[in-house]
Amino acid sequence: MAAALPWDRIEAQAIIDRLRHQPGATLPILHALQERFGYVDRDAVPLIAEAVNLSQAEIHGVISFYHDFRSTPAGRHVIKLCRAEACQAMGCRALEAHARDRLGIGFGETTPDRRFTLDGVYCLGNCALGPAALIDGALYGRLDTARFDALVGAAP
Amino acid sequence: MTRRIFVPRDAAALSVGADAVAQAVAAELGRRRAPCRLVRNGSRGLFWLEPLIEVETGSGRIAYGPVTPEAVPGLFEAGLLDGGAHPLCLGLTEEIPYLKAQQRLTFARCGIVDPLSLEDYAESGGWRGLAKALALEPSAIVQVVLDSGLRGRGGAGFPTGIKWRTVLQTPAAQKYIVCNADEGDSGTFADRMLLEGDPFCLIEGMIIAGLAVGATRGYVYIRSEYPHAFAAFSQAIEIAAAAGYLGPSVAGSGRAFELQARLGAGAYICGEETSLLESLEGKRGQVRPKPPLPAIAGLFGQPTVINNLLSLASVPVILDRGAAFYRDFGMGRSRGTMPFQLAGNVRYGGLVETAFGLTLGDLITGFGGGSASGRPIRSAQVGGPLGAYFPPTLFDTPLDYEAFAARRGMLGHGGVVVFDDTVDLAEQARFAMEFCAAESCGKCTPCRIGSTRGVEVIDRMIAGVDRARNRALLTDLCQLMLDGSLCALGGLAPYPVLSALEHFPEDFEKPASAAQAAA
Repeated sequence: MAAALPWDRIEAQAIIDRLRHQPGATLPILHALQERFGYVDRDAVPLIAEAVNLSQAEIHGVISFYHDFRSTPAGRHVIKLCRAEACQAMGCRALEAHARDRLGIGFGETTPDRRFTLDGVYCLGNCALGPAALIDGALYGRLDTARFDALVGAAP
Repeated sequence: MTRRIFVPRDAAALSVGADAVAQAVAAELGRRRAPCRLVRNGSRGLFWLEPLIEVETGSGRIAYGPVTPEAVPGLFEAGLLDGGAHPLCLGLTEEIPYLKAQQRLTFARCGIVDPLSLEDYAESGGWRGLAKALALEPSAIVQVVLDSGLRGRGGAGFPTGIKWRTVLQTPAAQKYIVCNADEGDSGTFADRMLLEGDPFCLIEGMIIAGLAVGATRGYVYIRSEYPHAFAAFSQAIEIAAAAGYLGPSVAGSGRAFELQARLGAGAYICGEETSLLESLEGKRGQVRPKPPLPAIAGLFGQPTVINNLLSLASVPVILDRGAAFYRDFGMGRSRGTMPFQLAGNVRYGGLVETAFGLTLGDLITGFGGGSASGRPIRSAQVGGPLGAYFPPTLFDTPLDYEAFAARRGMLGHGGVVVFDDTVDLAEQARFAMEFCAAESCGKCTPCRIGSTRGVEVIDRMIAGVDRARNRALLTDLCQLMLDGSLCALGGLAPYPVLSALEHFPEDFEKPASAAQAAA
C-alpha cells in the first residue's frame, strides 16, 4: 500500500477536477481522495459538494453511509478481518478475539502507535479458504492465530 | 509452439501463496532456460488444491497441487514440464472427478485461459455469441434469452428476458446496462472468480444486453472488498476497448457500447438493485420504493437493465449455442446451469457449476466430501446471510428455486456454507439480526429497528429470560419484518432466524450460564 500523503487542499482540488465530470462522480472522487490521503478530510466536503452540485450535508451523508470512507487517518497497516458466516464456520470468532487481544484494540480502532487499524468486514470472497483477511490490500486465507501473529509481527 | 505452464492469479490462490509459487516457477524456468511460458490464469475453483499449477503436454493439461514454493525445484527435477510423476501430481486436470462431474457453461473458460488475452478468448469460443447477436434484431435477441429460461442469478430468480423486454419496449434517448457485481453474500465467490478469470465473458454478455435493449452505456459495480477483481476487470475493459470491442463501433458494427467499472464502498445493501443504482448515482445506498421498476426508470431515471454478473456472463453461451441448448439443462422452472459455491467448514470447497436439480446433499457430501474438521455436519446455510439454515434431514432438497422456496429457504446467489456440530444456531440467528442491523440502509422501520430489537430478543432467549414469551415475540417480529420491509435485506433476514428456531430449537433452550443470566 502506497504511503498516504498529508492532506493538501490544492492536490485534492486537482483530484476532484479530474473526476467531477463523470456521471455520479461522488464515490469515484471519495475513493480517489482516500487512496491519496488515507482518509477524507472534512475540508474536502465543501470542495466535493461544489464540484458535483450537491449540498455539503448530502456529501457528509454519503461519507458516513459507506463503511469504507474514513474521516480520520488510518494506521500504517489496515487489517480487514472477515467476520462472516463462512469464516465463522472455520473459527473466525476465536481469531477475532485473538486479533483484538494481540493488537489491544477493537474493530474500527487504531493502535496508539498508529501502526495498525483493525476493521471487521463481511466477506472477502475467499469463503472456501477461511478464515480470511485483507491486509494492506493483500488477501490471506486459512488464517490461524499463529499465522496472524506472524503477519502482524512482520509488518513494520 | 512454446509450452505453457499455468499458475493462477485468482485472489483465493494468491491468499495461499500463488505469487510465491509463480516466482519460484519463473526462477526455475530461467535457470533451466526452458522454452516455456508462464501464464497467470484464473482459478479452476478447486480451492483445497490451490495453488494448483498446470502444464500443457501432448495429452492435455496436467495438474499439480497444492504447490508450495519449496516444492517447485523438486517438481522440476521430477520432470514437471513433461507432466512427470510426483506426489503432488493430480493427473489430467479435466479428469479430476470434481471437475469432470460438472457442467461448466458460464465458467467454461475460467481457469483455462489467460484472462487478459484476447487471443485466448477468441480461440476458446469468445465473441461467437456477440457475432450472432449482431446479426439479429433486438427483439430476436431478447426472445433467445426469454426462451433459454435464464433467471436472475442474484437470488430473486426473475426471468432475465422479461427485464430485457421491458427495457427494449421503453423508449428513451439513453438506456443503461448495469452489472451487479456487489457479491456480498458470505459463501459466494463466483462473481469474483469470473471477473478475475474470464472478464471478457462478462464484457461480451453486457455488449449483447446493450444490443438487445438499445443501451449504449454500461456500468459494472464491483465491491471494494474485491480489489484484485476490480483491477483485473478494469484492465480487461481497457484491452477490449483498445481492440474495438468497446467504444463507438463495437467490433466494427457501427453500434456503440461504452463500459465502466465502478467500485463500491463497503455496503452490503448496495447488492440490492435500487440501492446499487443510488450508489452509482453518487448517493447514499438507500433502497428506492418500487414501482417504478429500474427497467422503466433506473439509473439516472432512465430505462436500465440491472442484472447479476452470473446472469450476464451466461448470455454469451446462450446466444452462441442457442436457447434450447441452455434450456435443456436443469429441472422444473430452473433452467440451465448454476455456479454453486461450496464454502465454510467443508473438505473440498470450491466452485461447482452444474445443472439445477442436484440435491443439496449431493453437493455437500458428493462434491464437498464432508466437513473440513472431520466432525459431523450439523447445518448448511444456503443462499447467503439471508438464507435459511438447513439441517441434514433437508439435504435431500433439490437445488432448484421452487424446491428451496417450498422449504422456506432460497438458493440466492448459490452459496452454500457448511457448519460442523460445534455450531450454535442461536448464536448464528443472533448474527443474522446483528448483520442486518449493521447493514440496514435505514430507510424502512421494520429492517432498521426490527433488526436491533431482534438481537435484543435473541440475547434474552440465550440468557434464559422468559424464553417462551421471547420466542413468541421473536416469531412475531420476524413476521413483521417479512411482511413490512421495503427490500430483501429486512424481508429475508428472518429466514436464518426462523429456520434456526424451527430446525434447531434445542440451541435456544440450553441452560444459560450465570454470567448470561446476570447480563
